[in-house]
Amino acid sequence: MTRTDAGGELCVTKATVLLLAARIGLLQKPEGLTVDIDRDLLLLMLRRMWMIRNFELKVMEVHAAGEFTGAAHPYIGEEAVAVGACAALEDTDYITGNHRSHGHPIAKGGRVDKAMAELYGRIDGYCKGKGGSMHLADYSIGILGESGILGSSVPVAVGAALAAHIKGEKFVSLAFFGDGASNQGALHESMNLASVWKLPIIFLCENNQYAVTTSYAETVAVEHVSDRASAYNMPGLLIDGQDAIAMYEATSAAVARARAGEGPTLIEGLTYRYEEHSLGLGRVRRGEYRSQEEIDSWRKRDPLEILEGSIISQGVATREECDAINAETLDEVERATDFARNSPFPEPEELFEDMWANPIPQP
Amino acid sequence: MAQTVFIEAINQAITEEMRRDENVFIMGEDIRRAVYGATADLLGEFGEKRVLDTPLSENGFFGAAIGASLVGMRPIVETLTSFMWVGMDQLISQAAKMRYMFGGQATLPVVYRATMFYGAGSAAHHSDRSYPMFMNMPGIKIVVPSNPADMKGLLKSAVRDDDPTIIFEDGTLFGMRGEVPDDAELPQGELVVPFGEAKIVREGTDVTIVGIAGAVNHAIVVADQLAADGISVEVIDPRTLVPFDKQTVLDSVEKTGRLVIADPAHKVCSAASEIASIVAEEGFWSLQAPIQKVASEQVHIPYTPSLEKLVYPDVAKITAAVKRTLES
Repeated sequence: MTRTDAGGELCVTKATVLLLAARIGLLQKPEGLTVDIDRDLLLLMLRRMWMIRNFELKVMEVHAAGEFTGAAHPYIGEEAVAVGACAALEDTDYITGNHRSHGHPIAKGGRVDKAMAELYGRIDGYCKGKGGSMHLADYSIGILGESGILGSSVPVAVGAALAAHIKGEKFVSLAFFGDGASNQGALHESMNLASVWKLPIIFLCENNQYAVTTSYAETVAVEHVSDRASAYNMPGLLIDGQDAIAMYEATSAAVARARAGEGPTLIEGLTYRYEEHSLGLGRVRRGEYRSQEEIDSWRKRDPLEILEGSIISQGVATREECDAINAETLDEVERATDFARNSPFPEPEELFEDMWANPIPQP
Repeated sequence: MAQTVFIEAINQAITEEMRRDENVFIMGEDIRRAVYGATADLLGEFGEKRVLDTPLSENGFFGAAIGASLVGMRPIVETLTSFMWVGMDQLISQAAKMRYMFGGQATLPVVYRATMFYGAGSAAHHSDRSYPMFMNMPGIKIVVPSNPADMKGLLKSAVRDDDPTIIFEDGTLFGMRGEVPDDAELPQGELVVPFGEAKIVREGTDVTIVGIAGAVNHAIVVADQLAADGISVEVIDPRTLVPFDKQTVLDSVEKTGRLVIADPAHKVCSAASEIASIVAEEGFWSLQAPIQKVASEQVHIPYTPSLEKLVYPDVAKITAAVKRTLES
């Protein structure tokens, strides 16, 4: 179906847009591959999803072992959202991320060794150890960086789209944010600004349904985050966030609209966070906020199983080939972890580096 | 040498920089119709794409300027100090921190022009002089011009600088006339004032007054008046607070032994506080009298003129402070 609440049409095939009840309704399974996606791209998507899954599992293991400290927010369960969305982008397009953002750079083609080294606080990390888990960035492939203040990176993504608009260039930007951040004023100011200026941006809400422990149903005044698009005169799409192909297809349509100068799109990928909000919160007493039944029901719709199911059933690749991709990413994550462990911590002289482009004396 | 009004100097700087570099654009509220004057005629020359009227969404468009700067643009944002509170998250969480947080990958040549309207009955919500709060946060360059020539030259430097900059434009100076040299008269061919170079506005030997923004002009009046009494006052205009040219101040205090700092910001943790602490730490043995801070009283700005005029540093307060240093 096509949702045309306001702001024009988006061509999205029926299978990719699911009618969902509030929160966890009965999900209509996609009818297999509905679009002609290049085999290489499908397998690249699978590889990146396994890379994120295995990266995050490793992060949980080494964090529990005390190899690095600080918060880290596992993306497990949500891999299809970032990978499907980023598969629709070019290296010359831009993304911004948030706190739960190990998956975004990997999905955009970033390096797991530099990401892991950053989590370890090492000099070979993406940000020389100065950013850590919540501030990965790779400017060489359009990853403008992640914000631990939620909603705060969205106006920045609007600015990248504004540059394309002013210069008449064809790149787009895509802002990842969650259901929690969808309540931030920055998000609403950004959607209005992007719509009145018809900027080439995709607002991509990863609705994992909980802001730490608070259900979005209790904090979002409309039934779906995507319903908010109508207030800003742009299309709003509610997509099955466990289905990478659906995410790819919806984002591709939004990217085409953006590149054609028709303005922004809000996409809500409905997904689920398997793990708790953050590693390192083990000593914080946590009340019950979601049931085991709910968690189990979402785990039954695992994004990797869904993508592999489509790939195998359509004859794109065999089970063995899929398993081999998984194994290769496991190896790469192991090598990345060794790379991180062997990279030195920054020397004290690094403390004052990178403050300024045109350096000034320290006071 | 042309006599130029402060607000015209701003307009000249913007116009010349937009002509020089097509990546420069300007955005803000009501700038196409130049409600505050500084953006007059820009729309006609540069068109709608480079002269953007924004919605009332400081968090949104402050951030959009940051994002545009990250990908090669050089935005100038027009705003008022008092509206900056609404967009603080973008200024602090993003503009100030991005480059460091991302290990030097981000370059943000973005300029915020923040006008300080005070002293004219604007009351508590429209009279902020907030530069000290930004001095406390690493990552933003802070400019405080006191006359038309510096305004023009510093704004041009800000546009060309690759770091985020806030220019605090003193609204009490908008009608000020001053000499702005024609580019042809200058050896370097254009008026560009570098950051981090204080200006000795008056040379003197008895007392040093460091003035901030509009207070520089009060200090000049004080210096001229006291000269008649045989008191020789040196007046220093730091012009930028980040970076701050402490050596010029320390050298002056070494000569005079006395320091008065005139600062329109609230006195607690003001620019004056920081300058006083630098001199206390690094120039203590030069001092012959206690340092005097003449900053705004620690109250909100009252609307009524009978009370508002009591708040800010003025010629009488600065003169009294100079005399206190000489009594010691």
